[in-house]
Amino acid sequence: MSVSEQPPQNLYAAREPIFPKRVSGNFRNLKWAIMVVTLGIYYITPWIRWDRGPELPNQAVLVDLAGRRFFFFWIELWPHEFYFVAGLLIMAGLGLFLFTSALGRVWCGYTCPQTVWTDLFILVERWVEGDRNARIRLLRQKWDARKARLRLTKWTIWVLIAVATGGAWVFYFADAPTLLHDLVTFQAPAAAYMTVGILTATTFVFGGFMREQVCTYMCPWPRIQAAMMDEDTITIAYREWRGEPRGKHRKSHERVAAETWTATAKGQATAPEGAHLGDCIDCNACVNVCPMGIDIRDGQQLECITCGLCIDACNEIMDKIGKPRNLIGYMALTDEQRERAGEPPIPVWKHIIRVRTLMYTVLWAGIGIGLVVALFLRPDLSISVAPVRNPLYVMMSDGTIRNTYDVRIRNKHGEDRDFAISLTSDAPLRLSVEGSANATVDVPANSTKLARVYVMADPQSQAAHRAVTPGWIWVEDTVSHERAGEKTVFNGKAQ
Amino acid sequence: MSKHDDEFEGVPTTGHEWDGIREYDKPMPRWWLLTFYATIIWAIGFTILYPAWPRVLTATPGVLKFSSRQVLQQELDNAEAANAVINSELAAADLTKIGETPELQQYAISKGAAVFRTWCAQCHGSGAQGAKGFPSLLDDDWLWGGTIQDIDYTVTHGIRNETDPDARFSQMPAFGEILSGEEIDDVVNYVMSLSNEPHDADKAKAGATIFADNCASCHGEDGKGSHDVGAPNLTDAVWLYGGDHDTLVQTVTNARFGVMPAWGQRLSKADVAAAATYVHQLGGGQ
Repeated sequence: MSVSEQPPQNLYAAREPIFPKRVSGNFRNLKWAIMVVTLGIYYITPWIRWDRGPELPNQAVLVDLAGRRFFFFWIELWPHEFYFVAGLLIMAGLGLFLFTSALGRVWCGYTCPQTVWTDLFILVERWVEGDRNARIRLLRQKWDARKARLRLTKWTIWVLIAVATGGAWVFYFADAPTLLHDLVTFQAPAAAYMTVGILTATTFVFGGFMREQVCTYMCPWPRIQAAMMDEDTITIAYREWRGEPRGKHRKSHERVAAETWTATAKGQATAPEGAHLGDCIDCNACVNVCPMGIDIRDGQQLECITCGLCIDACNEIMDKIGKPRNLIGYMALTDEQRERAGEPPIPVWKHIIRVRTLMYTVLWAGIGIGLVVALFLRPDLSISVAPVRNPLYVMMSDGTIRNTYDVRIRNKHGEDRDFAISLTSDAPLRLSVEGSANATVDVPANSTKLARVYVMADPQSQAAHRAVTPGWIWVEDTVSHERAGEKTVFNGKAQ
Repeated sequence: MSKHDDEFEGVPTTGHEWDGIREYDKPMPRWWLLTFYATIIWAIGFTILYPAWPRVLTATPGVLKFSSRQVLQQELDNAEAANAVINSELAAADLTKIGETPELQQYAISKGAAVFRTWCAQCHGSGAQGAKGFPSLLDDDWLWGGTIQDIDYTVTHGIRNETDPDARFSQMPAFGEILSGEEIDDVVNYVMSLSNEPHDADKAKAGATIFADNCASCHGEDGKGSHDVGAPNLTDAVWLYGGDHDTLVQTVTNARFGVMPAWGQRLSKADVAAAATYVHQLGGGQ
């Protein structure tokens, strides 16, 4: 048969619509709880107030891009402390490695924003249009007033959620009450409206229409995670050795043969004739609830986000037909082999606590402890001293050799402070500050000030003729008497 | 089934094989196709609206007539307009009292730094350290005065240029035509004695009279110079052209004639005031 005789295959395929059915159970409850907590954190956080004094913002979590400050409750980060953010990102990465190697795609299934918002959108869809069968009917029927009304209601609620989502995002970057007032009175900056608009559009499209396609086609994480899982990773599996051969549920074994015969006569590939049927009654409950539209009985696959809804659905059925639960359940690959061989599975804690996960935990915790220690050791007063190298030194009219230093003083207090600048050195060097007779500079609250500091050596002194003379430049808070110093060098004529 | 079908799923493959691994030939998702069409439509719209198709020297201008040069010019104009008020304040300010308005002073220093790097650094150096014949602006030695007003006047009118009648002007005679070689050597030794440089005491003694007769009218009887005529102080450690014997002989013999343009003719009053404020706070201002 040649290729040309084949019916031409479409190069592009439309999405198969998915209508996840309502389900209840432990994992569904866990997902509801996580949805409430994560969405609550996201929407409420910008509205928490935190008093930092008159000169500083009173928003608990604020990314002040214009002022280059990050406020997180009692923590305030300046740009030169960006390594804390880098550390948190490394922790987030290691945390994902840890959870993936221990629990598979638990992030995807429970906490990923795409999953949470899609779940919320499906909740709205189910509330407006009904459960799975009603939604399928609605899709297939012709457009009429009722269909239009239901669709419009659903889309309107989606848009409202999307606006709230995009709206909440911008509140992290400005004072939330002020910005909300500006947004509704059309006084907010264009960037705020654009950000809200873009995030509204992405939330609406990703949560309402793209859904599982985002995970399957757009997200790189499924591929990375597939490479990170191993035979001890807890993931979702169908106990095929218990469930197969699948077939319709019946009260007694006597009817098995007759049913099997009927099925075979209809051309259905089910149980071989006379075989004893497994626990799977082929009710498709696990398929109907799946938000990714897959059949978990085909085995672990790229699309599966391990959300556990199929487990809930199957357990409901198993309870009804009086069979043991967990025909579909969380398990590791090694357990599959053991269970097939009739051995008891390895306890869950042994799957989770092993060398690989312990190493991730140690690395993760080590960086976390390091960051916390660094946070508490962080001085309130910090300076940087940059010797001016252009030129290295200046000769004054009386032969004095003068060096210039750019001293940056960061005042992290919520009030203006005076800082006294001084010098310690074995050599008799003198210090003065441009524009300040008493070598004291006033630094405004929560800002950095550049002071031009001069250090002078007398014409006949050793320091004037040597190449370099070491010394320390000190800055002292005249209120708290906190000191910060930085070592630097004085350049003489023998360069 | 075609020969490229996968035996397991019955799905066509591309026919390519790498170490036994074959590639499914599955259809692309439709949203991908729609996105692809959308980019084509976007591209057509873009080429109509914006400069796109190359011609010989330029490109098609596009319906919107967008030009990044115009955008830049607009941004520069906007910045100029935004600073118009503070610039007029700076132009009208009494520079000696600029320290009383820290915001204006800070603006003048920042602006002056930019003006300096654009117009002044070529001769005076990027760090204002100067070079042979071009004074350092960092030290406390000034030819024409180091107060902020003196600096402002010097920048505005320049030195020894022929374009500004108010330019600071003076000319040292070329003493090679007036004094003999021996007399020049004597006076150079005297000048070196003024700043305690190694010299011949006998020659210096002879040179003292020559200095009083020929040089003191400008450089002063004590050799400390004069800001009125831009005569350098000869007793200090700073030398514009060099303080060694041979350089001094050359200076006395041929004289020097350093020129600076009148920046008041090229820059705005605010620019000049800013440059003066910047130079004044470099460490040598008086």
